[in-house]
Amino acid sequence: MQRFAELIERLEHSRGNNSRVQALVDYFEQTPGATAAWALQVLLGGARRRLITGRRLRQICLEAMPLPEWLFDDCYAQVGDSAETIALLWHQHVDADWGPNADQPLQVWMEELLPAAAALSDDAQAEAVRRLWHGLSPQQLLVANKLLTGGLRVGVAQGLVVKALSRFSGLDEALLQHRLMGGFAPSAAALAALLAPSDGDDTGEVPSRPYPFFLASPLQELLPGDAGDWQAEWKWDGIRGQLIRRSGQGFLWSRGEELLHEAFPELISAAAALPDGTVIDGEVIVWTADADRPAPFNVLQRRLGRKKPGSKLLAECPAAFVAYDLLELGGEDWRPRPLHQRRTALESLIQQLPETADAPGAGRLRLSERLTLDTWEQLEPLRQQARNAGAEGLMLKALDSPYLNGRKRGHWWKHKLDPHTLDAVLLYAQAGSGRRANLFTDYTFGLWNGNGVLVSFAKAYSGLDDGEITALDRWIRAHTTERFGPVRAVEPLQVFELAFEGIQRSTRHKSGIAVRFPRISRWRRDKPAGEADTLATALALLEQAP
Amino acid sequence: MLPHDGLLQLTPEGLYCPAAAAWIDPWRPVPRALITHAHADHARAGCGEYWATAVSEGILRQRLGATINLVPVDYGALHRIGEARVSFHSAGHVLGSAQIRLEAAGESWLVSGDYKRDADPSCAPFEPVTADVFITEATFGLPIYRWSPGAVVARQIQQWWQGAPERASILFCYAFGKAQRVLAELAALGIDDEILLHGAVETLMQPYREAGVPLPPTQPLSALERRDDLAGRLVIAPPSAHRSVWMKRFKEPQTAFVSGWMAVRGARRRRGYERGFVLSDHADWNGLLASVKDSGARQVYVTHGSSDVLARYLREVEGINAEPLAGPFSADEDAAHGA
Repeated sequence: MQRFAELIERLEHSRGNNSRVQALVDYFEQTPGATAAWALQVLLGGARRRLITGRRLRQICLEAMPLPEWLFDDCYAQVGDSAETIALLWHQHVDADWGPNADQPLQVWMEELLPAAAALSDDAQAEAVRRLWHGLSPQQLLVANKLLTGGLRVGVAQGLVVKALSRFSGLDEALLQHRLMGGFAPSAAALAALLAPSDGDDTGEVPSRPYPFFLASPLQELLPGDAGDWQAEWKWDGIRGQLIRRSGQGFLWSRGEELLHEAFPELISAAAALPDGTVIDGEVIVWTADADRPAPFNVLQRRLGRKKPGSKLLAECPAAFVAYDLLELGGEDWRPRPLHQRRTALESLIQQLPETADAPGAGRLRLSERLTLDTWEQLEPLRQQARNAGAEGLMLKALDSPYLNGRKRGHWWKHKLDPHTLDAVLLYAQAGSGRRANLFTDYTFGLWNGNGVLVSFAKAYSGLDDGEITALDRWIRAHTTERFGPVRAVEPLQVFELAFEGIQRSTRHKSGIAVRFPRISRWRRDKPAGEADTLATALALLEQAP
Repeated sequence: MLPHDGLLQLTPEGLYCPAAAAWIDPWRPVPRALITHAHADHARAGCGEYWATAVSEGILRQRLGATINLVPVDYGALHRIGEARVSFHSAGHVLGSAQIRLEAAGESWLVSGDYKRDADPSCAPFEPVTADVFITEATFGLPIYRWSPGAVVARQIQQWWQGAPERASILFCYAFGKAQRVLAELAALGIDDEILLHGAVETLMQPYREAGVPLPPTQPLSALERRDDLAGRLVIAPPSAHRSVWMKRFKEPQTAFVSGWMAVRGARRRRGYERGFVLSDHADWNGLLASVKDSGARQVYVTHGSSDVLARYLREVEGINAEPLAGPFSADEDAAHGA
């Protein structure tokens, strides 16, 4: 634990990716397999199970300390993180001697010490947790608490971890990325398998294993070459997925590498129609059989909100898998082939599927339509039709492009519709957490209703730069009219332009509407609050929405 | 709020003692000012008469003007000013810092100024003083703040600096107080490498050397040739130089900030330093509680930082009459000086 805590600290202290990669390489070189496997699991974000809640840890801490609860809350407000608050307070309370637990390797913590404490309850649990804390430095205690609450975020992107593993093992990054897809089991054997020399073809080695997703970058300038060198498709507003048929089984993965079998049984059935050794990249979306366009995202959200949908929901919100690309065919990895070849094969594959209505999952596999784009002049008019088609924009893919790993610029571009915007008035503010602790960075905005009253309709957290955040924080402190716990009501004077993707009815806000992905696009210091937008304007957008 | 008939009152100019016809660390020019220490948010220019410790005289004249009318006093000496008896007692904050005790009409008040109770080789140690009423600062008035000894932090700084022989190490410290404390702590570890200083730190070295504080050899950075190699050198600079054009002189330096605020990770990340070393010239939570108890005061007023938190804790948990004292006491240590 001591060494893992040191690694976390070193990663926090190093600036620049090179020194972070070096810190990781050093750690892997000096750490035995079983422990390194757990460290890798944590670094990849795979150890996020909450064994104990933050609230319970707080209680366990307070029980042993002569501090009133309100004082803990004041400390939390300063720190912005309960695991860290406890670490600092515990250090205040107990003189940290080097305890035996600090010497236990991470593997023992993860496999024995933490689960054992989590399995207990009441006083026995409190005592066990405090025994774990005993003798940890504040940094070690922080890491231990984060592992208990499943909240450890190291701030090192997966790409850097893979780079370090690659440097450590001499294996190709793309191979490691692929081997890591679909999750990693933290054991010495799994780590050895991950880092084993490659015979060049890992395809289908693990039937469920998906390929790393290839991601598009936002289009910023006109593309080189003829429009005819590019494949144009709608950018669908669902969730990206990978549908696999191997060894007589179907698998559906989200981009977040979660298995979606139970949530989308109709798509698993549909996969049964695919020949063995097939992998398709596409979009999971709600699309009723006779509709000319998919249902909006909030309908899909109803499905995503259920682990296991009932028959009524399945009938009301039927899912489809809109196929974009073919990654594997006949058990062969097709990713290195050019897009036009993959596309032709994908088209014939989908067209050969049984069309009969009684076939399981019939019509659930759809081909993402290829749009006509002969000249660049057609691009903008095409994009403007996206909303009508129920899409959020266009995708442009180079016809000769291979299917790569992650976000590599140059081959795939997304060209989204411009977001909607509304000018709204700042009503409430709340302090953020982490590096935003102590700064008012969580804002609630309102629009004017018909009676000249501002009603809240959106919360936004992003879009301001550091200078603006500081200035607004100062303004909020000086213009607070009321406090409700951590929330401050402010004088309704500041206007912000909010950008968002979609709008729907909702009871979450007083206005009766809610917007999707709201963010601040501009601070309208030039605009008096009286000239901010009205609820009527927002409702008009709702009417336009598909 | 202070009582109307108390020994001290709060006026727009600051804390005022009618019996002495004097203000303590006034915010505006007044005829007579009693100065706890020479930091800019406590010692302001334009007053008719200054009373301050003799040790702080050099720095005060440097900052407020050589010709100010200043009455130097020794720690512990009792002076009659008007109807009041006034004494200055070491606060352990920076060179020449004092708590000020006033007594008149059978009542005694103690104003802490800024103080710390930890050992500091660059200034006289904190002296516990008793009084009926105690006005204390609470910059770090939360139990998350607990300081390690300066020698421990100096060892961390040494390891950080000497662990990067291929880069320059820039250590950001407040120019007056913290910078000299760090230098003195390094000297106490036996370090005699020459340390480079930003101009703002250099200016304050002479008063410290004159006061006999043991310090390692130093050199202003400006005295070096532009092409001189700075790899492996330790440079001490004020936080205002961070990310300024001054930094262009360095190729890929490592940077760290020395401050009590660095105890919290979010605060460090927000400021964009690679490392934070937790070293403060203010009292930590235990230091604040100990000072309140040592004062034996029947009434405590709390200024700065977490004043309402400390006051509530004293009231509800320790059973001591305490309340926060509102006023333009600087709350933002970063803007003002060494935390």
